[in-house]
Amino acid sequence: MQPLALIRYSLVSALGRGATQTYHALRQRRGGLRQCDFPHVDFETCTGTVDGLERAPVINALADFDCRNNRLAQLALQQDDFAGAVAEARGRYGAHRVAVVLGTSTSGILETERAYRERDPQGNVLPSWFRYRHTHDTFSVADFTRRYLGLSGPALSVSTACSSSAKVFASAARLIEAGACDAAVVGGADSLCLTTLYGFASLELVSRRQCRPCDAQRDGLSIGEAAGFALLERSDAARGRDGVALLGYGESSDAYHMSTPHPQGAGAALAMRRALASAGLQPADIDYINLHGTATRMNDSVEDRAVAQVFGTATPCSSTKGWTGHTLGAAGIVEAIIACLCIEHGFMPGSLNTRELDPAFSSRVLLGNRDQPVRRVLSNSFGFGGSNCSLVLGVPA
Amino acid sequence: MRVYAAAAGLAAPGLDGWNASREVLAGRAPYRERPARRPVPALLPAAERRRSTATVHLALQVAHEALENAGLEERGVATVFASSGGDYDTIHQLCQALAAPPRAVSPTRFHNSVHNAGAGYWGIAAGMHAPSTALAGYDGTFAAAMLEAAAQVVVEGDPVLLVVYEQVPPEPLRAHRPLRGEFGAALLLTRERGQGSLAALDVAIEPEPDTASSRMDDPGLEALRGGNPAARALPLLAALARETPATVALDYIDARLLRVRCTPCR
Repeated sequence: MQPLALIRYSLVSALGRGATQTYHALRQRRGGLRQCDFPHVDFETCTGTVDGLERAPVINALADFDCRNNRLAQLALQQDDFAGAVAEARGRYGAHRVAVVLGTSTSGILETERAYRERDPQGNVLPSWFRYRHTHDTFSVADFTRRYLGLSGPALSVSTACSSSAKVFASAARLIEAGACDAAVVGGADSLCLTTLYGFASLELVSRRQCRPCDAQRDGLSIGEAAGFALLERSDAARGRDGVALLGYGESSDAYHMSTPHPQGAGAALAMRRALASAGLQPADIDYINLHGTATRMNDSVEDRAVAQVFGTATPCSSTKGWTGHTLGAAGIVEAIIACLCIEHGFMPGSLNTRELDPAFSSRVLLGNRDQPVRRVLSNSFGFGGSNCSLVLGVPA
Repeated sequence: MRVYAAAAGLAAPGLDGWNASREVLAGRAPYRERPARRPVPALLPAAERRRSTATVHLALQVAHEALENAGLEERGVATVFASSGGDYDTIHQLCQALAAPPRAVSPTRFHNSVHNAGAGYWGIAAGMHAPSTALAGYDGTFAAAMLEAAAQVVVEGDPVLLVVYEQVPPEPLRAHRPLRGEFGAALLLTRERGQGSLAALDVAIEPEPDTASSRMDDPGLEALRGGNPAARALPLLAALARETPATVALDYIDARLLRVRCTPCR
């Protein structure tokens, strides 16, 4: 594919607001997970919570959209002058030529959970404050974002569980390539809710403690919330701006089981190979792999197998979910932005919370941070239903 | 973007399969609303058949029909699944369970609640590693899916199976998303014209704001079109059935329409 420059990006997660806070947390190995104190959660777990959302309603003009998920999105849009960069692109190309392609798995279901708690006694009527279209509906965050940014180009929500906000890069790249738009706002948002906390717990995939990716004693994931965005434009249109670009993407399906990965990692390996091919690169050209690394027993083993198959045992890799938690539908964009930080600052974060690497692993998982130039990163996002997406981010040749 | 429609699948009240519905869609036979048939898809392995839901069955039925109509043995085709609300029944049951302690959630119910459940079950049924995606665009879901699928065909070069589906939500959700008549449709799209291609489709976003999307002549079909986001596909399906050149305008977002010029291959 033709490289697409990430002109600007922004991120809000348990590590803080914006690129600088995120970078410092990574550098200082200061994770954002803590004991879950989310209302109505009756079991012990750790979560990556974004503080202050209770005091940050969405702007008045978009009040119908007010819900935790859209508050998260708004907060991210307000960081690092992301909205300013989009306004500039809008001026250059026209509002109808900038697309919005966002990923989410939770959307605003937290509102629906509350509405069900407040049903009439017969259970037939939800309270009148409930606004399904603007909160729960899967298109809500994309609709909110396009209105917030004043964009009228193609818009859609991608909802493929944990690969959602990685797949949006592929979708947007194709829309630009096919001429449907000239630039795209990609990213996504997922917020804490009972559905995912109790849902993953029912599958016995949630740890009681802070998650320990790739660890011999790992026992499950920690759920996090986050929102992130990136503005994509053709590299040549970015007029000589240095910076990170999307160099390639690869997608595949496991075709195995709804909630268990393919045991040989066939789908994962395929996604990684396709991403390399799309970027015109060899495995040896990748300096660092940001693993999906959820800290479940199955995901991490399978991913290790797949990484070793494609890259061998020399390529440094790590999971950053010990910092942010597993942000589900937002994981793709969170980790793509972390990849950008690695490239821009020349460092690789070692897996946080990992004390003893699983001895059965063969890929080269970093346990400590490392300073060295990073030109090309591969980032993995693998979701329920066997939806896999790998992205290659880096400095164009 | 130019793509070719190779085959179609369809399931809706009174529209029981693409082949059986062509005369009605073309306006040559009257539309009669009848409850839709919903057989459990045989292509799912037994365990998945037990775990899957009516929403999944709807999506798989039309996907399967389109591939059968295309005479495609091989199921390793990339897919675009699109629904505005996904599995309303499952979501309703989840929210009911979560409304009070013990908040007992069944793991199957949870994995069925993901928006890409249809895509996931299809992948398991097809047994192939081709990529799939799952989209939402509220009432513009079908137009958004056409854009995504067409862009995939044009850029990646491979055929894409587009599957759009929407159930009627149960109460108490239905009052907040008042849909009428469940609907499922599938289109197999290719980059090159094939022997059995139905039509060439030129897909473009209408540059000027416009609310005059194509309507159906039959009032029953028009009610279906307006009552279900997946049924916004009807004007395009009708054009394919008529086999005469036509340009249809599909509801997209706000006052933007997706224009599809349909040029029959036969």
